[in-house]
Amino acid sequence: MVFNNNLNKIFIVLLASFALSACATSGKKGAMQSDVYSGSETVEFLATGVKDRVFFATNKSTLTTAARDTLRKQAAWMRKKSKVTVAVEGHADERGTREYNLALGERRANAVKDYLMTYGISSNRISVISYGKERPVNSGSTPLAWSQNRRSVTVKAN
Amino acid sequence: MKKITYFILYLFIISTPAYAVVEVDITRGNLDPLPIAVSPLYIEPGSKDIKDGDKIIKNIGEKISEVIEVNFKRSGLFNPLKKDSFVQNPDIVHIKPRFEDWRLIKAQALVTGKVSVSDDKIRVEFRLWDVVASKEMIALAFSTTPENWRRVAHIISDKVYQRLTGESGYFDTRIIYVSETGEKTQRFKKLAIMDQDGANVKYLTLGNELVLTPRFSPKNQLVTYLSYFRNLPRVYLLDIETGIQEVVGDFAGMTFAPRFSPDGKKIIMSFAKDGNSDIYTMNIDTREVEKITDHTSIDTSPSYSPDGKYICFNSDRSGLQQIYVMKNDGSNVKRITFGKGLYGTPVWSPRGDLIAFTKVHKGKFYIGVMRADGSGERLLTENYYQEAPSWSPNGRVLIFYRETKSDEDGKGFSAKLWSIDLTGYNERLIETVTDASDPSWSSLLSK
Repeated sequence: MVFNNNLNKIFIVLLASFALSACATSGKKGAMQSDVYSGSETVEFLATGVKDRVFFATNKSTLTTAARDTLRKQAAWMRKKSKVTVAVEGHADERGTREYNLALGERRANAVKDYLMTYGISSNRISVISYGKERPVNSGSTPLAWSQNRRSVTVKAN
Repeated sequence: MKKITYFILYLFIISTPAYAVVEVDITRGNLDPLPIAVSPLYIEPGSKDIKDGDKIIKNIGEKISEVIEVNFKRSGLFNPLKKDSFVQNPDIVHIKPRFEDWRLIKAQALVTGKVSVSDDKIRVEFRLWDVVASKEMIALAFSTTPENWRRVAHIISDKVYQRLTGESGYFDTRIIYVSETGEKTQRFKKLAIMDQDGANVKYLTLGNELVLTPRFSPKNQLVTYLSYFRNLPRVYLLDIETGIQEVVGDFAGMTFAPRFSPDGKKIIMSFAKDGNSDIYTMNIDTREVEKITDHTSIDTSPSYSPDGKYICFNSDRSGLQQIYVMKNDGSNVKRITFGKGLYGTPVWSPRGDLIAFTKVHKGKFYIGVMRADGSGERLLTENYYQEAPSWSPNGRVLIFYRETKSDEDGKGFSAKLWSIDLTGYNERLIETVTDASDPSWSSLLSK
């Protein structure tokens, strides 16, 4: 029995590493739809299956279908964890002027906040902060890096 | 800032320009810089040495002349001649130059002077000579505390610049900027201040929190900037003499993109609420807050005209970033940019006739200028990334920052300060100890 259990674990670990390497390759090639990042290279998780971030098109703050899907999961998670509060960080890529990017980051973070609120999360559980272009997650100067940096990240605040 | 007192020894004002043989035409760029000789200043017997930090300066006369030469060279309008070709001694030349000797080395103008230093005072006397016409053009004397000796050199540079170009100078000024260190994904940023030539760097914050976009008051030693203190991005006001700082206004959200009104009495900035940024002003004395724009778009980067009657700003109300001008109460909003690409960071020239801006087009960033109605757009420099121009107080030079491309691992990234003349000539790196961004030019410290 013990032996069997271990085998199962090994199998799962192997499967997981396959999935990871698949992600990495597709990421390198550039997982983008039009110019919105659609891969999972930089993504972290608030809980199992609940991604922490959504991505935006250049100069835009509209939520894509994939973003709305992620945010509905975030809202469901927050409804379950009724004591959790979050900070939504809005970010822009490095290809814009600093001050405009601060405003754009704020607009992106608020687009996320508004969507979470329509799924029943009270506004006093969500704070927003814009970092503009100041905190890129990918330091490269490529269209892929920029697409990963045009993001809004939901961070547990308590 | 310690006061510098100066008085006129003798001042020959050549009233009609026709008599002035030596003149610099600043409208043509720097194609033909004026050859000028800056003699080392004569040190009067009995002068003390100057302490400069740990160092002791023995040859102060030469040091002052070197600071002047660097200013002249960087302006692009003057060509300071090599000192090894000078034939007259500093003491004699200051009394009576042998003009034929200076003409021989092709000098058209000559700066001479003498300096005396006591324990608590430096006294500098200088003269500017028209070598071609064989006559004196300026004679002035200054006295101040010895540690201010570089400012004396800058004031002399300004006087010479003003006499030979007909416009006020910009050498006795300072630059406030953001010093950057560390990885691109986690930059440490500190407020820093330095003389216009890069000397006397001082750090005003410790780097514990992110700071951005410092701007000088045109009237005094106040600075406004954005700080992420306690993770609350807000506009702050800092007195660089006392070190006292405070939050500007009581806003329930991010305030950013601050700038002073030309009289120094108000701060104009953006306030972001619920995804919408509008422009507000706050009176520094009365704390009265006024909402200037009210639009569902992003309105940011406001900058007053020098008479305070108009405001140019950045808005995406047409869909993308463009530049607009309105009256100072927010009425009569007019879009002024219609060219290809995006426009941001408008800054009104201190002369009032031009607006400098950043333009983004086909993946390139440009610093440019146009008239206040948007006509006559002229792009001065193109690069991978550059933005946020700030005017020299005489409106002849723009300082801005430029970032380089990084490779896939983020290597190769840098941020540096650059300056360029209004003519589009004379682009120069301004060396800083660390990486640097968001420069803002002060007014002339002595007027």
